[in-house]
Amino acid sequence: MPHDQTKLHPRKGTIMTRTNLILALAAGATALLAFLTLYSNPNDTSGAAREIRIVGSSTVFPFSSSVAENYGQKYPSRPPPIVESTGTGGGFKLFCAGTGLQHPDIANASRRIKESEYQTCRANGIDLTEVRIGFDGIVLANAKKGPPFALTRRQIFQALAKEVPIDGQIKPNPYKKWREIDPSLPDLKIEVLGPPPTSGTRDAFVEIAMEGGAKTFPILKTLRERNKKAFKRIAHLIREDGAFIEAGENDNLIVQKLIANESALGIFGYSFLANNSGRLKGATVEGAAPTFENIASGQYAISRSLFFYLKKNHVGIVPGLNEFVREFTSEDSWGKNGYLAEKGLIPIPEETRKAKAAEARALISLDL
Amino acid sequence: MTAAGERFTLKATAPDMRRRRRAERRFRFISQAALILAGAVLVLLIMTIARNSVSAFRQLEIGLDLPLSEETGRASLKEAMAQAAGLSLAEDEGRALLALLGGRAAREAARQRSAALAARPPAPLGEGGKARFWLTASDDADLFLKERPADSAGEETGGRLSPLQKKALARLEAEGRTRFVLARFFFVNADSREPEYAGIRAAFVGSFLTLLITLVISFPIGMLAAIYLESFAPKNRWTDFIELNINNLAAIPSIIFGLLGLRLFLDLWGLPRSTPLVGGMALALMTLPTIIIATRAALAAIPAYIQEAALALGASSMQSVLHHVVPLALPGVMTGAIIGMARALGETAPLLMIGMVAFIAAQPSGFTDPATVLPVQIYLWSDSPERSFSSKASAAILILLLFLMAMNALAVYLRKRYEKRW
Repeated sequence: MPHDQTKLHPRKGTIMTRTNLILALAAGATALLAFLTLYSNPNDTSGAAREIRIVGSSTVFPFSSSVAENYGQKYPSRPPPIVESTGTGGGFKLFCAGTGLQHPDIANASRRIKESEYQTCRANGIDLTEVRIGFDGIVLANAKKGPPFALTRRQIFQALAKEVPIDGQIKPNPYKKWREIDPSLPDLKIEVLGPPPTSGTRDAFVEIAMEGGAKTFPILKTLRERNKKAFKRIAHLIREDGAFIEAGENDNLIVQKLIANESALGIFGYSFLANNSGRLKGATVEGAAPTFENIASGQYAISRSLFFYLKKNHVGIVPGLNEFVREFTSEDSWGKNGYLAEKGLIPIPEETRKAKAAEARALISLDL
Repeated sequence: MTAAGERFTLKATAPDMRRRRRAERRFRFISQAALILAGAVLVLLIMTIARNSVSAFRQLEIGLDLPLSEETGRASLKEAMAQAAGLSLAEDEGRALLALLGGRAAREAARQRSAALAARPPAPLGEGGKARFWLTASDDADLFLKERPADSAGEETGGRLSPLQKKALARLEAEGRTRFVLARFFFVNADSREPEYAGIRAAFVGSFLTLLITLVISFPIGMLAAIYLESFAPKNRWTDFIELNINNLAAIPSIIFGLLGLRLFLDLWGLPRSTPLVGGMALALMTLPTIIIATRAALAAIPAYIQEAALALGASSMQSVLHHVVPLALPGVMTGAIIGMARALGETAPLLMIGMVAFIAAQPSGFTDPATVLPVQIYLWSDSPERSFSSKASAAILILLLFLMAMNALAVYLRKRYEKRW
């Protein structure tokens, strides 16, 4: 036992080495801190070639990182782009903060940039260009063994809204079973698992499906013309009595729960349905099944556009931005048989795709 | 009088004794049940993760006969696939067949070809100067053969494969052109969007670099702070205030340290985003309180007479502490540090703010290269739509757990081996 020796015969050697070790570590840490304090200043743009930095939507994340990976393999001498999943809003916050190498070059978005975000961007001297990359369908699906669902947006609204019109009056949602809404629907309790309000999928679902359904009621339609805010309050408010269950940001979790609970419906992005087609089936909306073709042609109603925004100020400073846009907009990636389609991206229609690609590569400034 | 008294006592306490014994038995039973329940849940958790992870360690390969005399491109791969599957080569079919192979199949084939050409003695050739190449299959094909979804009543039940692809795969299997091998890429590759090529190496290296920074910063600072507070600092309102704050800091949510890191290291100091350097610094802030508290506890456990004896023999205050108290407390200090490190290893929240929750296809080779860490990799995989990623996530969890257990075991070993009891 070395300690006994230390205690009985204080040998200078061992003790000194320990003390010295501690002091050396302390000195090292202090030196490191000092070095870091003096490290480059934030406005230093003279740094060597930086990798492309991408932030934004978690829905676009798998597509963007797929392109990043393929770009990295095409240009092995360059550092591959880095894709962060920050959410659309969080992405714009980082993206619009300014120009310079410490700010990202591209923001992914599962919705169009908002007027306010655009203004922030402009105020910070950012010149940006918008590229629409394709569509994402939002599906309602249940377990393969469960009953088939043929829904309309009107029925979705009736099933999920907190307040619904009944006999021309807005009343708290009384529906407990699908059959009570329409006799054609299954005799099951209304039980829908969906994303929380922080999710972009939820935003899009509420805007497209719920609003779309609400508009079919004359009373709400007239309300919309008179008072848009009041209309939105009713159309966007999802019931809180247990029929709609917020199941967290992780869509895989919803898929798992659907498989375990055959009577429940889930709301999530199309790519999760495509990857679980053996275990889940999608509900048709207004007669259109959530298939690749139907979403691409616009027959399936609940779909949204996906975008990315490029900081033009960084073109020529951060190497490879042009090539990245070219890779993203090539037939091999965003085309009908491209690798993004395999990941679940619904491409923009064949006829306009070429023109869109040329437009994107020309880097036209966005003007809202 | 005495006899009567005895009888009286026995009579009075007997039911009371029985009740107390019963209460004790009940207490023991409940405690044991709690222990067994906790153990069972832990075993269940680990078993579930282990079972899910099994398929991540196996990877399907497809054997194709390709000529050694020419470069392999997508066209020749397509042809070889059609031949092997016994199908004609219409454009769409070729695409469907190629989709059974991984996205980097052409590159793999090229590498195997040059290896075969360089081999001495030369690799044996089949008919037509062709050699058997084993190429990584796509995740869909891999998953299909692993799960074999039952085609009950002729209904389309399983997988993402088209009927044609299923037919081709069945044919390949019948001809012995499929095999399962150890998923090498899982251990040597960085992250990828293609599950068949995704690996944990980069995340592993990232975790290592990050923890190294954390250790180098938090261990000496934490130790010195603790030694000062425990042995030298005067007892006054200031040190009380500092102590209160340290205890508070040990309990605040870890994402706060990420926010601090974002403002201080990235915005103010301009350090590079998404790097182990910044991640390690943020985690160091987080582990500092843990280390300080553990070190102080270890120092306080050393009996005062050790220091008093040193002082009596003429040692200075500093000598008595650094020469006698600290070396004896070192096992406890190291245990605290290791447990702090283990906590840092499992963190994602502070790293979210400083950009380490990201898709990074490159391996980090230094402290200022963009990197991610193991728990982040698990998070990213478990959030991916591709089903093969869920087993990868389980496998990564298993590896992370192994590391945590190893670190904790080391802490226990150090304590057992060097700790002195007083």
